[in-house]
Amino acid sequence: MITLKVNGTQHQLDIEPETPLLWVVREELGLTGTKFGCGIAQCGCCTVHVNGEAMRSCSVAVGDVAGKDITTIEGLSHDSKHPVQRAWLAEDVPQCGYCQSGQIMAATAFLKRHPNPTDADIDAGMTNICRCGTYPRIRAAIHRAARLMKI
Amino acid sequence: MDGINTSSSLSRRQFVVTAVTAAGGFAIGIGPARALPIAAQPWSPEAQDAHELNAWLIIQPDDTIVIRYPRSEMGQGSFTALPMMVAEELEADWSKVKAEFASANRNLREDLVYGKDMSSVGSHSVRDSHQQQQQVGASARVRLVMVAAKRWGVDPATCEAKLSKVHHKPTGRTLGYGTLAADAAKIALDKEPDIKAPEQFTLAGKPTPRLDVPLKINGTASYGIDTKLPGMVYASVIACPVPGGTLKSVDDAAAKSMRGVEAVVPLDNAVAVVADRFWRAKQAAHALKIEWDLGPGGATDSAQFAKDYRAALDGPGARARNDGDVDAAMQGPGKKIEAVYEVPYLAHAPMEPLNATAHYRPDRLDVWMGTQNALGTLRAAAKVADLPPEKVFIHNCFAGGGFGRRSANDEMNQAIRVSKAVGKPVKLVWTREEDIGQDRYRPQAAVRMKAVLAPDGTIAGWEMKTAVGSLLRSLGASKVETGIEPMAVEGLATNPYIVANTRVDCVLKNTHIPVSFWRSVGNSQNGFVIESFVDELAHAGGHDPYKFRRAMLTGKEDWLKVLDTVAEKAEWGKKMPSGKAQGLAILEAYGTIIGQVVEVALGPKGEVKVERIVMALDCGHAINPLTITEQMEGAAIWGLSAALYGKISVKDGRAVETNFDTYPVVRMADAPPKIEVHFALTGGKKWGGIGEPAAAPLAAAVCNAIFSITGKRIRQLPIRDADLTGPV
Repeated sequence: MITLKVNGTQHQLDIEPETPLLWVVREELGLTGTKFGCGIAQCGCCTVHVNGEAMRSCSVAVGDVAGKDITTIEGLSHDSKHPVQRAWLAEDVPQCGYCQSGQIMAATAFLKRHPNPTDADIDAGMTNICRCGTYPRIRAAIHRAARLMKI
Repeated sequence: MDGINTSSSLSRRQFVVTAVTAAGGFAIGIGPARALPIAAQPWSPEAQDAHELNAWLIIQPDDTIVIRYPRSEMGQGSFTALPMMVAEELEADWSKVKAEFASANRNLREDLVYGKDMSSVGSHSVRDSHQQQQQVGASARVRLVMVAAKRWGVDPATCEAKLSKVHHKPTGRTLGYGTLAADAAKIALDKEPDIKAPEQFTLAGKPTPRLDVPLKINGTASYGIDTKLPGMVYASVIACPVPGGTLKSVDDAAAKSMRGVEAVVPLDNAVAVVADRFWRAKQAAHALKIEWDLGPGGATDSAQFAKDYRAALDGPGARARNDGDVDAAMQGPGKKIEAVYEVPYLAHAPMEPLNATAHYRPDRLDVWMGTQNALGTLRAAAKVADLPPEKVFIHNCFAGGGFGRRSANDEMNQAIRVSKAVGKPVKLVWTREEDIGQDRYRPQAAVRMKAVLAPDGTIAGWEMKTAVGSLLRSLGASKVETGIEPMAVEGLATNPYIVANTRVDCVLKNTHIPVSFWRSVGNSQNGFVIESFVDELAHAGGHDPYKFRRAMLTGKEDWLKVLDTVAEKAEWGKKMPSGKAQGLAILEAYGTIIGQVVEVALGPKGEVKVERIVMALDCGHAINPLTITEQMEGAAIWGLSAALYGKISVKDGRAVETNFDTYPVVRMADAPPKIEVHFALTGGKKWGGIGEPAAAPLAAAVCNAIFSITGKRIRQLPIRDADLTGPV
C-alpha cells in the first residue's frame, strides 16, 4: 500500500510503486485535469506540484512521492480564482486547452521562483509544449499574474 | 442518455450557473465572476429537452438559452463564434447563453435537422454555417415576438426583441423569452424571416471571450481521454510500425500473466492489450512478442522517396492550369531560373494523443471521443460495429487538438473492435509513439519551379510542377481519375499573380505511407514553395519583394489591401541591424488572404530566431475578432514548428521519429513574444476560413528573411537541416 497525499487528502492505494504518478492521479483518484501528452517528460501536459515544485508526473514513480504534498490543477484553487487562473481567463489563453492544466501548474511554480519575470526568464523557465501555439498569450498571462500576485 | 445505464459521472449536464459577464466584452479583465457557459461534458442528449424551442435551442424559464453547436471544437473557437451568430439574430442576452454539441444521432433520426455536414475541416465551420446559424436565431426571434404580441393583443410590428426580452414599445411592457418559449415552439412560420447583413451585426464582430475557457483553466473540460464509465477497461495498442503491414503472430503468454491484464485482442495490423488500468495495459503491450508481415513497404526510406519524387518531376503530369503559351515564353529571351523545392512528411501530434472510448452492445454502440466530424464518425462507427446508424451514439468531446487528424477514426475503429471482443466499455489510448507512428501524415513532395524574366525583371512566364502523394487515394475516398486533386496544387494553381504565361502540372504519386489533411493541407508545402520562389525572382530581377508582388497584383484590391497593410504595419523595408532581416509572404487559403512579415535574427551558430511576426488578413467578415486573432497567432506558430523542425523520416518503411524528443516543435523560447494581427477586411460576399491560413506562408517568410541575411536560399525543409553557419 502506498500513502499518497493529493490536494490535501490522504489516499491509501494498492498500486505498483513504479506506476507513474500521472496514471495514479487520473485513474485511481479520478483527477483527469492532469493530462497525458508524451509519457517521457517532454511536453509537460502532466505537470503537477510535488512539495511546491513543478514535476512532470508521467515520469515520476508514485512510490517516490509517497507522503509528499502533491497538488494537481484541481487543487490549485477551489474557485478557479488563483491569480494565474484569473490571468489565463483574462488573456483568453486556451484554444484546445489540453496542455493548459500543465501550463498553469508550471507557471504557478515558475512565478514562485520569478515573481518579477522577464521575457528571458519565461523563455528559459516555461518549456511545456502547446501545439495550438498559445505561447504569446501564456507569456502575457504570466506577466499579468505576476502583477496580480502583488495586489 | 435514454436507454443507457448511466452513473452520476455521466449526468448529461453539470452546469454551474454563476454570475454574468459583460455581454461580448473583450476587456473582461479581472472583473466580476462570469458564468460557466457550457457543461464540462459538452455533448447534448439525443432526446428532446422539455424546454426546447426546436432541436437547436433550449430556452429555460429563467431565460437561460442553450444553443446546440453542430460542429467540433478542437481549439479553433467556432464553438463560440457559431452561437454568437445565433444570439445575434435571436437578440439574446449573451451573458445567459450556453452552448453544447448537437447530437449526431438525433441529426440522423430527425431528417438532418443540424445539416448534412457536422464537420470542422477545411476552415469552414463559420463560413459554411453563418446563414444556417443566423436563420436559426432569426426564426426563433420572430416566433417569440409573435407569442408576446398575441398575449398583449398588439401588432407584432410594434414589438421589439432585445436582450432576451420582447418589448412592446408603445407601452413599455416586456416579456422574457423564458415565458414565451413554450408557445413559440408550437408556431410554424409560413416563410423564414430575413437575416441581417453583416453591417447590421451588434454582437457578432465584437471580440468575445471563448465560451470554453472557464473549463480549460481548472481541468474540468472533458476530452475523450477523460471519459469514465462504469465497468470500463483500458486498452493499449501496438500497431505494425510499417503502414500496410499485418499481424503474423503474437506470443502473449508473458503479457497475460501481468497484473490487471484481462485480454489480448489481435487486430488486422495491431494488437491491443486490455487491462483494468491504462499503465498496466501499456506495460503488458510491451511484453508482447509480435511478428509482423511488414509487406512491401518494409524496405523503403526517405532518401529513396526523395529520389522518386524528383524523378517523377521528369515524367508525365496532369495539367492543373495553363494560361497563355508557357513554352513560347520559356524559349524567349531573358534570364531563366529553375529551382526544386522539397518537403518531408509531417506528423500532426495533437497534444491529446488519439483515443476513443467505445461501449459496444448487440443493439447499441456508444462512443466518446473528440472527432472533427461527428456525423461522419457515426456512420463509420455503424459500419465497423455492423449496426444501423440510428443505434450509434457519438458523444463528442472537446478535442485536444485536431489539425486534420481527428477525421479518419482509426482509433475509434480499434476501440469498437476491442469493446466487441471483450464485451465491456473500453477506453483505447494511443501512446505518443503510436500517435506519431500510426499517423496519416502531411505528404512528402518535390516541386519544380521554372521562370523566365523579362528584361525589366517581371515574370514573362513560369511553370510549376508538383510530385506529391494523393490524400484522397490514400484515404480510399477517390481514385482521382483526373490525376489532379485540389489539395495537391492549391497555392500553386490558385496563385493570384498576374503572369500571362502560367502552367501548373501535377503528378500524384503515393508511397505506402498514409497521407491526409494536415493544417493548411497543400498550402503548407505549396505556400512555402511559391512564396520562396517569388522571392528568388524578385531578387534575381533586382526588385524589392514587396513591390515585385504588388506589381503582379494590380487591380486585385483585396490582395493589395492585405499586402499594403502588412507592409505598412511591419514597416517593411526599414533598416535592420546586422544579422537580422525581414521576410515577406502572402497567400490565399480557404478564401482568406493572409500576408505575413517576419523579423528573423540569426545567431552565431546559425540559430534562427523569429523575433516578430506581423500579419494582415482579409477573411471578408469577422464574427469573433478575438478568436480570429488567436487562430492567426496559433497557426503561425504551427507553421513555425514545421518550418524550423518538422520532419518525419522513413527508414525501413517506418517513421523514425517517435515522440517530442525526436519530433521537436516550437516551445516558448522559439515563439516571438508578440504576434501582431491586423484586419484588412473587404466584406462583400467574401467569407474566408480562419483556422488554417496563417500556417501556410510562414515558412516562406522565414526563409526569405534568412536569404536576406545570409544569401542562402533554403529549398528543403525543415530549416534545422540547413547549414546556416559561416559569415553573414
